[in-house]
Amino acid sequence: MISWPGLIAQLTEILLAILLAPVLLGWVNQCRAWMQNKSGPGILQPYRTLRKLFAKEAVLAHNASPLFRAMPYALFACMCLAAAIVPILGTDLPFSPAADAIALVGIFALARVFISLAAMDIGTAFGSLGARREMMVGFLAEPALLMVLFNASLISHSTSLTTIVEHLAHVEFVIYPSLAFAGIAFTMVSLAENARIPVDNPSTHLELTMIHEAMVLEYSGRHLALIEWSAALKLFVYSCIGIALFFPFGIAEGGDAAGLLLALPALAAKLAIGGFVMALIEMISAKMRIFRAPEYLGTAFLLAVLAMLIHLLLGS
Amino acid sequence: MPGALQLILGVILAWLALGLAGVFYPRNLYLVSRVLFPAGALGALALAAAALSALGGVTQSVVLPLGLPELPFHLRLDALSAFFLLLLGTVTAGISVFAAGYFRQGEGTAPGLQCLYYHVFIASMALVLLADDAYAFMVFWETMALSSYFLVTSDHAKAEIRRAGFLYILIAHIGAIGILLCFGLLHGTGDYTFDTMRAVQLAPLWATIAFALALFGFGAKAGMLPLHVWLPEAHPAAPSPVSALMSAVMLKTAIYGLLRVLFDLLHTQVWWWGVVILVLGLATALYGVVFSAVQTDMKRLLAYSSIENIGFILIGVGLTVTFQAYGMRALAALALTATLYHCINHAYFKSLLFLATGSVLHATHERALGKLGGLIHRMPWVAWLALIGTLAIAGLPPLNGFVSEWLLLQAFLFTPNLPQPYLNMLIPVAAAAVALAAALAGYVMVKFYGVVFLGQPREPSLATARDAGIWERIGLVWLAGGCLGLGLAPVWVIGVIDSVSGQLLGKTLGASATGWMFLTPISPDRASYAPLLFLLVILGVWALTWLAVRRFYHGQMHRAPPWDCGFEAQTARMQDTAEGFGQPIRQVFEPFFRMQRELPTPLDAKPRYRVSVEDHLWYWLYLPIVKFTQTISRVVTLLQRGRISVYLTYSFVTLLVLLLFVR
Repeated sequence: MISWPGLIAQLTEILLAILLAPVLLGWVNQCRAWMQNKSGPGILQPYRTLRKLFAKEAVLAHNASPLFRAMPYALFACMCLAAAIVPILGTDLPFSPAADAIALVGIFALARVFISLAAMDIGTAFGSLGARREMMVGFLAEPALLMVLFNASLISHSTSLTTIVEHLAHVEFVIYPSLAFAGIAFTMVSLAENARIPVDNPSTHLELTMIHEAMVLEYSGRHLALIEWSAALKLFVYSCIGIALFFPFGIAEGGDAAGLLLALPALAAKLAIGGFVMALIEMISAKMRIFRAPEYLGTAFLLAVLAMLIHLLLGS
Repeated sequence: MPGALQLILGVILAWLALGLAGVFYPRNLYLVSRVLFPAGALGALALAAAALSALGGVTQSVVLPLGLPELPFHLRLDALSAFFLLLLGTVTAGISVFAAGYFRQGEGTAPGLQCLYYHVFIASMALVLLADDAYAFMVFWETMALSSYFLVTSDHAKAEIRRAGFLYILIAHIGAIGILLCFGLLHGTGDYTFDTMRAVQLAPLWATIAFALALFGFGAKAGMLPLHVWLPEAHPAAPSPVSALMSAVMLKTAIYGLLRVLFDLLHTQVWWWGVVILVLGLATALYGVVFSAVQTDMKRLLAYSSIENIGFILIGVGLTVTFQAYGMRALAALALTATLYHCINHAYFKSLLFLATGSVLHATHERALGKLGGLIHRMPWVAWLALIGTLAIAGLPPLNGFVSEWLLLQAFLFTPNLPQPYLNMLIPVAAAAVALAAALAGYVMVKFYGVVFLGQPREPSLATARDAGIWERIGLVWLAGGCLGLGLAPVWVIGVIDSVSGQLLGKTLGASATGWMFLTPISPDRASYAPLLFLLVILGVWALTWLAVRRFYHGQMHRAPPWDCGFEAQTARMQDTAEGFGQPIRQVFEPFFRMQRELPTPLDAKPRYRVSVEDHLWYWLYLPIVKFTQTISRVVTLLQRGRISVYLTYSFVTLLVLLLFVR
């Protein structure tokens, strides 16, 4: 039931996610710059970008419909809701019963459909190209993510994310073989979903290769700022899902303040390592041709299904 | 006080009277569209109210003094009938109001005759749902097929529409034969009332044959693979309100029949029946959605999407049968709830989208996706209401499509307790296929909405498109409201469905343990979902963000030409066409299609690009059957000589043979 400490913890978590998400993005970019022997812009660069974009005037195409203007806000709201139901610091989340793991996938799907529709709204060649590619990535990444979450659900007999985390955190260092497969699948999916190499390249504007950037090409000013912020938030939420499913140790159970305070450095450390690993993967892999993406995502999907079969075969 | 059944019969009579009134004034458009159709809609609402009141109550039955001398029509209203009547009533109300603004002169059949066929069609569907003996069922079933045939072929001047109608009526009748034979098996040695069938105990073999016949017969009507070929032909051929009615309600009568035979008339369920239905449902869902992704005609796209949704419903039926066979009643109730929920969801969003295509068709005279675009500016009402249907059919929270998918996936997650290990292995694969089909539905719907309503108009003539009239708007708003309501109040809807599960399975689901807001079908620990809270959070964050951006920054903006990477010469033809948007699917799922490509060489002065995508099954299954039938008939024609002496010889030989055998 809803308790005041729980509500405060919930709001703190959302605010924390919103405010700290750009740092994670900055950290990944900074790590990448270091590995490329560059000095890098510093991990606070995303904030500077956001401030610049918010201050600028928004330029809208003549034929932009209200859908186009509403999309950045809807996207941001979807990502905030996702941040609200994923256990980031503690598991005493009053919002958690509102949406479970399946609904979480539904939120990401809603965000994807919104951004794709908005990309088609102006009617430029790049917009519809980006929308088509995004949906192509999505139709395989979405079921793969769902299957990964199903693995955790089968182990903990629940689709509620908080119950999953509480259950997995109590299993003392037993490695589930099914979760190992699911972990690989999840890593592949989260690279694709967050528009990273090898599926997309976040730092390119080379027309033939881009997906996410092609969709938001027509946005500017505050709209673009919200989209960039949502993208950072999405990366943050995905990282937190990964932590919650595969490394839940350290997430506070219940809502006591001491536990939450202890969970914060643990989260920061895990995110730092996760961001570094993501940058490393991006460094050592090459962007693939767009029609290799279904094979890549199909592999992730099959791995996740295989993980479920392994779970059923081994009974663990 | 008259009971609910009498009230429903009264509505049905009123519908028939409205239809007859249309016959007397076939060309009086004012009467038909301003009086008869709105009156029909009111009747539909009354029917829905009566059905709702009957859901919780006792079973009512009545014997009408019609039909055969020994076998009058038996009608019966129980929870299963009442649920489907509720679906029929509420959806038909929206469609009838829309139809009031839709039918007009000069589009095929005269409006008055359309009115007759339309009302006979809905009346016969209601009677199918009420029938309580095989004879009455078949009579109403055939009336339904015939009246809808006339509606499909209303624009009968066109050859392809006549062809679509023929294919439809042919497969409808092949299916009807299956149903007839199934009833023939079920009744044992007694008469043909359903009461007798309930009492008969069939041997396992005969029960299995009856099951197979029912699946074949009702599957043909529902559009189950491989009997789906009529659907993408007939739906686009019919006027839009009729497509909506066929897809939303008529397909559901087939599901009703299947449920009636499986859980009411047959006593036993065998686990592998469920597996057969499940596998067929999976194939149907994937096939439907993959084909709908490559369509270039908006109504064909929606028709294939109906096939996909029927697949989802069949998956639910299959799971229900398997669970019930293993005596896992709580899970069976969960799967049945998902099934029925999806039935009513599909009725709402698919009729909404079909009607929206009707408005687009009237405004632009164009059905090809490649010639539409940008209609959100010209037709804001239709576009925004269609957006609700689009999001709902794509299975996105917090709308209704998501709820039934959520329930179905929950049912899958519980299955690892099945006593059959191989079946347990099948379940994750099936769940994965369901998730894949659901995600592909999102792809299809982005294509549909994006190409029709967003972007730039692909033809100059679209600039004159007019938004839908007031009657059409009311119909669309009603159905869109239904999509929202069904999505936001799942606990209430499941309360309604529970009376059906109670009747069929002897077990109800019990939607919530923690109040009306949270949907917790098994226990709050296992899974919970609160769509209203979901929506409130999204809207709240939306509003807060908007206010914060205004407060801390500014709301300045100006309009400019599209940027498009600085390319100034871009035109509307550079947007993705329907073919272009479907191209990734065509490439990824290439083995599904029978494709023919004509590509120009770089040297062509007038380059021509053509691609045609066809159904393998048509060539692998239907054409061989046609060829076989033709061969048989050619052999039989050898007997026909057209000379009296030859025929006399035949009679003589027959007589001799008979004398030889029958002494």
